[in-house]
Amino acid sequence: MTGVAWIPLLFVVFMVAATIGIGLLATRAARNAADFFVAGRSVSVFWNASAISGEYLSAASFMGIAGLLMKNGYDVLWYPVCYATGYLFLLLFIAGPLRRFGAYTIPDFAEGRFDSPLFRKIAVIFVLFIGLFYTMPQMKGAGITLGAILNCPYWVGILLVGSVITFNVALGGMKGITVVQAFQYWAKLFAISAPLFVLLTIYGGYGATLNRAQTNPKAAPALATATTLKFKGQKDAPANAVAFAVSAPTEITFPNGAVLAKIAPARKPEPGEDPLPPTAFVNAATGEPAPLTLPAGFTARAVPFGVTKNQVAVEKDGKPVRTAPKLEFAEPTEAVLAAGSTVPNAPPNKKWLEPFGALTGKYGHPLLYTYSLIIALLCGTAGLPHILVRFYTNPDGRSAKRTTLLVMGLMGLFYVFTPVWGALGRFALPALYANNATDSLLIRLPMTLDNKLLGQILSGVTSAGAFAAFMSTFSGLLVSMSGALAHDIYGKMLRPTATPGQRLAAFKLAAILIGVISMLLGLLVESFDITVLVGWAFAVAACSYFPLLLLGAWWRRLTMPGAAAGMLGGGLLALGAIVCSMLIDKKILPLEVDPLTRSLMEQPAIWGVPLSISLMVIVSRLTAAHIPKDIHVKMLRLHAPEEMGFSKNYIEH
Amino acid sequence: MPSNSPPLANAPNPASITEAEAEKITSLVMRRQLALSLRVASVFFVLLFGLPLVNLYAPALANTSILGFTLTWLTLGVLVYPITVALSYYFVRNSDAIEADCVQITQAARSETHEAQP
Repeated sequence: MTGVAWIPLLFVVFMVAATIGIGLLATRAARNAADFFVAGRSVSVFWNASAISGEYLSAASFMGIAGLLMKNGYDVLWYPVCYATGYLFLLLFIAGPLRRFGAYTIPDFAEGRFDSPLFRKIAVIFVLFIGLFYTMPQMKGAGITLGAILNCPYWVGILLVGSVITFNVALGGMKGITVVQAFQYWAKLFAISAPLFVLLTIYGGYGATLNRAQTNPKAAPALATATTLKFKGQKDAPANAVAFAVSAPTEITFPNGAVLAKIAPARKPEPGEDPLPPTAFVNAATGEPAPLTLPAGFTARAVPFGVTKNQVAVEKDGKPVRTAPKLEFAEPTEAVLAAGSTVPNAPPNKKWLEPFGALTGKYGHPLLYTYSLIIALLCGTAGLPHILVRFYTNPDGRSAKRTTLLVMGLMGLFYVFTPVWGALGRFALPALYANNATDSLLIRLPMTLDNKLLGQILSGVTSAGAFAAFMSTFSGLLVSMSGALAHDIYGKMLRPTATPGQRLAAFKLAAILIGVISMLLGLLVESFDITVLVGWAFAVAACSYFPLLLLGAWWRRLTMPGAAAGMLGGGLLALGAIVCSMLIDKKILPLEVDPLTRSLMEQPAIWGVPLSISLMVIVSRLTAAHIPKDIHVKMLRLHAPEEMGFSKNYIEH
Repeated sequence: MPSNSPPLANAPNPASITEAEAEKITSLVMRRQLALSLRVASVFFVLLFGLPLVNLYAPALANTSILGFTLTWLTLGVLVYPITVALSYYFVRNSDAIEADCVQITQAARSETHEAQP
């Protein structure tokens, strides 16, 4: 896979050109500041639903789920399910009231509901926090897609895509984006489904593929051809490791030699367990234990072994526990696996196919991990800043609900396809496991077809879809964050007297500033799974905005101090836990924590959401004097149908 | 910014409405809407939070093979989407009905007071 893949490149260029072109055409209609911030609120249910879906289906949905499902199997199904059904939650409790209240953004809601400009400032800061968190995986998607197409370094993709989108947003605002987002939903749906129908006829059906895993539970997929693996050095941990298959010995050749940082059991040893036996990683020719520095052309054999404690076999559920060696490389290294080798880094079929596998089971508390993940994704959907703003483009609360209903349908239609890719990829392209590159599955799988031209065309379709995915989500985030900066920080705090023209200029400047910050952040996350990154953004949103919106809409006794305490307490603690968890993964923070704490740090929603809600309730009770005097009018505006005539736009232009 | 739906001719200014009147309307709408939302949410929760329990305590059932799929994969990978859409549809239909109903009740109450005044 050297050189530039021209056909996919053409598709991508076409997609980018279409996006910018439609955006520019639509911009001619955007004249005043209201248009710029929320698209004039004149969008029909169909267009609005397509646009919401288009904006929501990010690089994580498009590429990440397929890749993560290939890597971890069943557990990953929770991601698409909760991404889609999070909207049900939004529909049931938040969509209608929020639209009726007539505010543009979460900060508008925060100020309008509590009559507190101070709270508005706090809410703005959270828009920026969650937004930036969520741009990181989009940037990673951009980096690896362009990397696969242009055969260029990761940062080039980020720089190219980031600057194109940033300029598009700075020039067009959101009016352009409504039409563009809608177009992009349909482009993404086509891109994820059409190539799949071709691949399914060639590689076998969805059920048939899963059945292959069922009929041979202990095996892991084998490589069809000899495969070259590229590993990074120690500073890029954890992308410098390879864990060999447990089902069979693996022979691996290092054409240029290698320097190993560590040879250890793949399964994290429990206290008291014996170290790796000397027979587990040996010179394939002589059978002698392999050294840490391997000469050029060295072929090693990795042999699975039974885990022992003081020379006594360790058992779980009456069966001996087995594992295989795991290597960590000190320097960037190349290695070759022969055709027919069992692929490293892949869980065996049974573990992949059945619940509580490699993802939720990794710290030994699978049920807890699963529930926490579900809560984060469900509640987080309702708290994403760039999604909520879209509800204000509905003409009234009733159409906000209709829009959400249609969105549910559009999401389901899209998400049902994503896991199919992961299942096909497991058997058709297992080399991605070995290279820790499952995130690029959608781009690479079509290229495996025997008919090279067809493969290139289909890969072009998915590449264009991937571009649509991170362009739309990144644009939406950029609009939300720049809007928060220009509308709130500049327009309300720094220069309340600014003219609309000055605000527009501020918006453009803010877009460029945030675009640059996002690109810099994107460079940091190359070794993380896209979907896992997104899950974290959701967890923070779930622990901060979701309780604010839920209680703000339904509980009249919520006060500003209560809401602020809950949002800050829950949100910041969740954020802190996740950042610590990330640093431990990166081995920057040399901290040993027990598995339960580790699960709770990596998936904080299960304690964060209740904590945030309790803080809101307790502090509100203590500060009951702060309940707004006209709370009856506010509740009326939130809940009374428009026909009663109580609605009022929070901001009049 | 144009106003949304035209307000009723006799709709009061929200700021001037008495607190008691506002409370009455709000609690009427809110209580019925919330009951509906919670009803739909509970069905959804039983499904979503029940499935991991089935997976944990009845693995044989969860991994029954159907058309090549395991039962739990078929549920979570395919069936969950139409179920959610059906739930949403049920909610939107009933929610609209509640709103129409509440508008009618308030309107009737209001025209009574207007007739009584002169």
